[in-house]
Amino acid sequence: MTSITGSGGHAGRELGPPVTSIGVIGWVRANLCNGWLNTGLTLAVLYLLWATLPPFFNWALLDGNWFTSSEQCKASEGACWSVITANIRFILFGFYPHDLQWRPLLAVVILIVLLFLSRNRRFWGRGLLYGWLLGLFAMGLLLKGGMFGLVAVDSDNWGGLPLTLLLAVFGLAAAYPFGVVLALGRQSQMPVIKAFCVVYIELIRGVPLISMLFMSSVVFPLFLPEGMTLNKILRAQVAIILFTAAYIAEVVRGGLQGMNRGQYEAAESLGLNYFQTMRLIILPQALKIVIPPSVSILISAFKDTSLVVIIALYDLLKTTQTTLTDPKWMGYSAEAYLFLALIYFLCCYAMSNYSRKLEKELDTGH
Amino acid sequence: MNSQQTAAQPNDDSPIIIIENMHKWYGQFHVLKDINIAVSRGERIVICGSSGSGKSTLIRCINRLEEHQRGRIVVDGIELTNDLKNIEKIRAEVGMVFQHFNLFPHLTILENLTLGPIWVRKTPRREAEENAMYYLEKVRIAEQARKFPGQLSGGQQQRVAIARSLCMKPNVMLFDEPTSALDPEMVKEVLEVMISLAQDGMTMLVVSHEMGFAKSVAHRVMFMDGGEILEQNTPEEFFNNPRHDRTKLFLSQILD
Ligand SMILES: Nc1ncnc2c1ncn2[C@@H]1O[C@H](COP(=O)(O)OP(=O)(O)OP(=O)(O)O)[C@@H](O)[C@H]1O
Ligand SMILES: [Mg+2]
Repeated sequence: MTSITGSGGHAGRELGPPVTSIGVIGWVRANLCNGWLNTGLTLAVLYLLWATLPPFFNWALLDGNWFTSSEQCKASEGACWSVITANIRFILFGFYPHDLQWRPLLAVVILIVLLFLSRNRRFWGRGLLYGWLLGLFAMGLLLKGGMFGLVAVDSDNWGGLPLTLLLAVFGLAAAYPFGVVLALGRQSQMPVIKAFCVVYIELIRGVPLISMLFMSSVVFPLFLPEGMTLNKILRAQVAIILFTAAYIAEVVRGGLQGMNRGQYEAAESLGLNYFQTMRLIILPQALKIVIPPSVSILISAFKDTSLVVIIALYDLLKTTQTTLTDPKWMGYSAEAYLFLALIYFLCCYAMSNYSRKLEKELDTGH
Repeated sequence: MNSQQTAAQPNDDSPIIIIENMHKWYGQFHVLKDINIAVSRGERIVICGSSGSGKSTLIRCINRLEEHQRGRIVVDGIELTNDLKNIEKIRAEVGMVFQHFNLFPHLTILENLTLGPIWVRKTPRREAEENAMYYLEKVRIAEQARKFPGQLSGGQQQRVAIARSLCMKPNVMLFDEPTSALDPEMVKEVLEVMISLAQDGMTMLVVSHEMGFAKSVAHRVMFMDGGEILEQNTPEEFFNNPRHDRTKLFLSQILD
């Protein structure tokens, strides 16, 4: 069998591809100028870029004001980034006591470091698990205080970036496994479990997140026993988890349905039980197939955390908006929202970038 | 080679598989009709028959991939009932090789082989890996241990699938058309592995149309038609003096 391929390789090695099909010229030819229509479109797009980019560049960078007062901004033609720099602490940390803001900052740093370490699958193990447990404890302690000489800060004062990240990271981290369980339940042979999962998924998907948040903050407390209250942030968090899980469940179900019967049979014929079969054989494959749609859902769920403003939580969006209601800084919403968009974009880009990395790592050529 | 011999204990002459008056339906469709088989330890049976005659269904009933509705199936002294514990026990004793290999594509060859022993038999990882390498040597594919199934040819994948079953140290091996998804030049390498398994004394039930294999290895050949075992005999008798007209027709079709 090996002798067949033995002689074929030589001719190709000496004869390179024609110059016009490789390199910059080849790429431009193949992608931008193949035919009149494409050439015309290319020119039109180039004109549009020329008409919009330089003015934007001038406004944002050349004429931009970075660390000025609002008066200087008013006198200037350019962008007023000072609205951000002057209010950065309120935007990032909301009403958290000014002198104590190193605490949420440190909590965010811990979270980002842990997330970054978790990117690398080589670190996955007991050490990282303990790291997370310790990190969670430290973050809670830093934000809440009231122990080890840290002044207690009421959770009503939490806001800005820590709140957004908190809602997003724990919302998504809890929604994903819950969604997987729901998907497995929907596939279950047991009618009661199956019916529960179907009803749950369909109900939740039929309701907008906003109304879930309202219910969690207005309706839900009515059912709690007298005198018992549940933290507002926690309620929003639960609503986000319950909501996102239903969507994850449907995506995962799609992955499960795509699995070949033969995989179940091979696992069963080795004597693996249901949980082992799912955990070791089916889920690793099914979840890998659905990485792209799951990440879409996680990204949109991340952005949807900004809806918590309607139940008066001061997340990143709300703190930015509040800054803009200050008479001094009114009218610079373009700059403020661009900054906000940048933060959201960085987070979402990190997610989709990671998902691509993961897909590549998990590829085993089937 | 001695560790292999645990599979067959020739002295013990109670049958390892007993199937009595077994029936199976798919809805209204009567797939298996009054099946009676006793397989003794170390016996090798080849099952043939036209498409849709119920061959796959029959051997899949033996490790409960399919449920029978009437009659009894007893494997190694354990009766197949709805008791999950029994089913898992029997599945660990009975190896199964599929037409389409069904290797786990997300695991390396070595991991495919050690999965069962580690999770079902609770074998320590090191021991499971050594054992897996032994069987990979045996199917002559040890150098591929770190690759993924998708990187192997069909014949290699099927040999890995056989090794995966052997790692569970089964007492019985079931094969469902193990060579019919393979290109002709790969059929031989898989059959060679099966023949060496036969020489080690493994109890084997093989659904196959490889008549050369049946002639050289089988103790008994069964012919199934319409959900019944129409005829069974030693290979010599079966091929030289088929009794039923259906058998004659079938043999004339596959022999040329
Ligand atoms: N899950 C099922 N539901 C309903 N009918 C089925 C099912 N599986 C198989 N059958 C039917 O049962 C009969 C026997 O199927 P089986 O797969 O055992 O045949 P076979 O002898 O293995 O055939 P082949 O040589 O094509 O593999 C066929 O008529 C088939 O259509
Ligand atoms: Mg079949």
